[in-house]
Amino acid sequence: MNQIAEATVNTHVHRDDVGAKIGMWLFLFTELILFGGMFLAYAVYRFTYRDFFALASKELDVFVGLINTLVLLTSSLTMAMSITALRKGDKKLSLFFLSTTIFFAFLFLVNKYFEWSAKFEHGLFPGSNELLSLPRGEIIYFGLYYVMTGLHALHVIIGIVILVFMFVFVLKDKVNQDYYIMLENSGLYWHLVDIIWIFLFPLFYLIH
Amino acid sequence: MSATTLSHGGNGSNGNHLDYLHSPKKYKGIFNWIFSTDHKKIGILYLISMLTFFSVGVIFGFLMRLELIAPGKTIMDPQTYNQIFTLHGVIMIFLFIIPGLPAVFGNFFLPIMIGAKDVAFPRLNLLSWWLFVIGGFVALISLFLPGGPADTGWTFYIPYSVRTTTNVIPALMAAFILGFSSILTGLNFITTIHRLRAPGMSWFKMPLFVWSLYATGWVQILATPVVGITLLLVAIERLFGVGIFDPALGGDPILYQHLFWIYSHPAVYIMILPAMGVISEIIPVFSRRTIFGYKFIAFSSMAIALFGSLVWAHHMFTVGMSGTAMWLFSLLTFLVAIPSAIKVFNWVATLYKGSIELEPPMLFALAFIFNFTIGGFTGLMQGALALNIHIHDTYFIVGHFHYVMFGGTGFGIFAALHHWFPKMFGRMYNKKVAKIAWLFLFIGFQLLYFPMFVMGYLGMPRRYYDYLPQFHPYNFISTVGSWILITGLIIMFTNLIVALRKGEKASANPWGGVTLEWTIPSPPTHENFEHIPVIEKEPYDYSHYELGEEVKN
Repeated sequence: MNQIAEATVNTHVHRDDVGAKIGMWLFLFTELILFGGMFLAYAVYRFTYRDFFALASKELDVFVGLINTLVLLTSSLTMAMSITALRKGDKKLSLFFLSTTIFFAFLFLVNKYFEWSAKFEHGLFPGSNELLSLPRGEIIYFGLYYVMTGLHALHVIIGIVILVFMFVFVLKDKVNQDYYIMLENSGLYWHLVDIIWIFLFPLFYLIH
Repeated sequence: MSATTLSHGGNGSNGNHLDYLHSPKKYKGIFNWIFSTDHKKIGILYLISMLTFFSVGVIFGFLMRLELIAPGKTIMDPQTYNQIFTLHGVIMIFLFIIPGLPAVFGNFFLPIMIGAKDVAFPRLNLLSWWLFVIGGFVALISLFLPGGPADTGWTFYIPYSVRTTTNVIPALMAAFILGFSSILTGLNFITTIHRLRAPGMSWFKMPLFVWSLYATGWVQILATPVVGITLLLVAIERLFGVGIFDPALGGDPILYQHLFWIYSHPAVYIMILPAMGVISEIIPVFSRRTIFGYKFIAFSSMAIALFGSLVWAHHMFTVGMSGTAMWLFSLLTFLVAIPSAIKVFNWVATLYKGSIELEPPMLFALAFIFNFTIGGFTGLMQGALALNIHIHDTYFIVGHFHYVMFGGTGFGIFAALHHWFPKMFGRMYNKKVAKIAWLFLFIGFQLLYFPMFVMGYLGMPRRYYDYLPQFHPYNFISTVGSWILITGLIIMFTNLIVALRKGEKASANPWGGVTLEWTIPSPPTHENFEHIPVIEKEPYDYSHYELGEEVKN
């Protein structure tokens, strides 16, 4: 009976890379719709407070935003290169590109930190007297700015955690040339984080 | 039988495999359950936790009805009443009726019905259950915090939800966590249906319950994130004073209502679709006929999921939308009635000239059709713009959604429970007692909710603690109905719990069903199938019955 018992416990382990990828894409849909709700709110308020949004947007530093855009775009490139390297069997190179991606992710967050703290120094944070003295359209603009970039930053942090796990898995050969679906799915997630920023950047920094 | 390579039927744990309740254990005691990734055990876990929350919700409902038995204060003060109806709504919707069918019976039977050994992501499945339980506790925890539970109603309308001093945030967080759990279940089921169907099981050989879970899965995935983000925004607004919806900060409360209903209307289809799937399973079995219009039922599930996602603003006809938006949403609302009616017609057509057996699951299924038809028609009345103004926010609405949600989905859950109980636990309940319980439930239900249509039409507003004396008789009948209903619930659950220990051993196929779950032992083995079946026939093939061969064993 014991042999049968062991066999029964183990047979549940099955591998389905296509299934794993379908699951990941479905999850990405939910992420897109999660942000979609906020983009919808943005659209409605931008329509309502067109001029105030343009005015408030001048508070943001386009240069800092541009740097962050470049950082994230490059990190997507290194992410893709890490996957290709692993598929071609070059574990070292894959790890190198993976750590570069993590480095860029941190760089993005550091940049974001300085950007937010500059706003805080100007007294532009939720609930501050400075902010509440502004017209309503600008209050909403900054409300959306903090929530949307904040939630995006949270996704970057989650992305870093995932990528660190991937780094360990690749290092320990749990993820390898023959079994790289986890790394590929993490890459998909990272590209999603990237693409959301690509929409956030023009919508908050580049309006006139 | 629709499968050919199955080597066994018959009783209990025959052959080499033990049934799933006694399968090899990785952990001991309760850990064997709460850390199990077996879809059947997770289904049972959901069943237990869901029924626990259901009892809490029923108690709140009972207390509300008791308060309303006479005008003025009866047993509680107005603030408590507000908090109780909020908790009643949050618990019943997010903890009972949304996870009810997909998470319990979907988990248990979806893999079996498509001839698979488990769902696509078993560990994710376990995570969903954990999130469900955590969400449930977060919802209940506000009962014991200073300030008491939220008093906003389950809709958390702005601006009251950012102003009230009660604990709104736990309720919001609970709904957010439960939404996440629901998304993961949907994601898991869709992937499972795409990837793990047995050889030969093409899309149109899938049982209709599987079709309904597929449609539900898409709604779960595509609608739930919207309410997730919306409730999160309300929580952020409360916590940090960020301006998003609060009109004092320039926000738009109507935008909140739109975002809330973009999910919460499709959510009612998350609730009703799987119940429709259950009815499509039960009707052919107990009328011994192939289901009428299989493809129409399958496609109408998808059509309901699609149209149901486009009608949300019919909850908001009185907020002052543009005339164009009003008639458009009204029109779309009427369109949803078409696929729903297709299903009802097909069920009735299946019954026609069938050999109907009034076993307990069938009685619940017929009650579903009856209640759902009343609930559906009264829903159409509210979809009409002019009438909507008259009955908006009255007890008419309360009557309508209890007819659909409780009379429909609730009875659907009871039907599923009675239909699959012998398969899940390997024991048969006392059928006579089950029929008595059904009678109590059916009569109690009508008495409880039908008067609400009348008092609503006469103008009694919903959610009020008190009412004018002319509404007294209706409220009195309604409260008496609630007692009969609860008696029915007690009889039903006692009967099932007794059957767990003392019921007769159930055979593999006590009802004469032909879908895959009836070809394996009761209860199923850990692996479900000794050999993965190869499917050759349609899912509801009763031609053998017409030839005089009975399939019960």
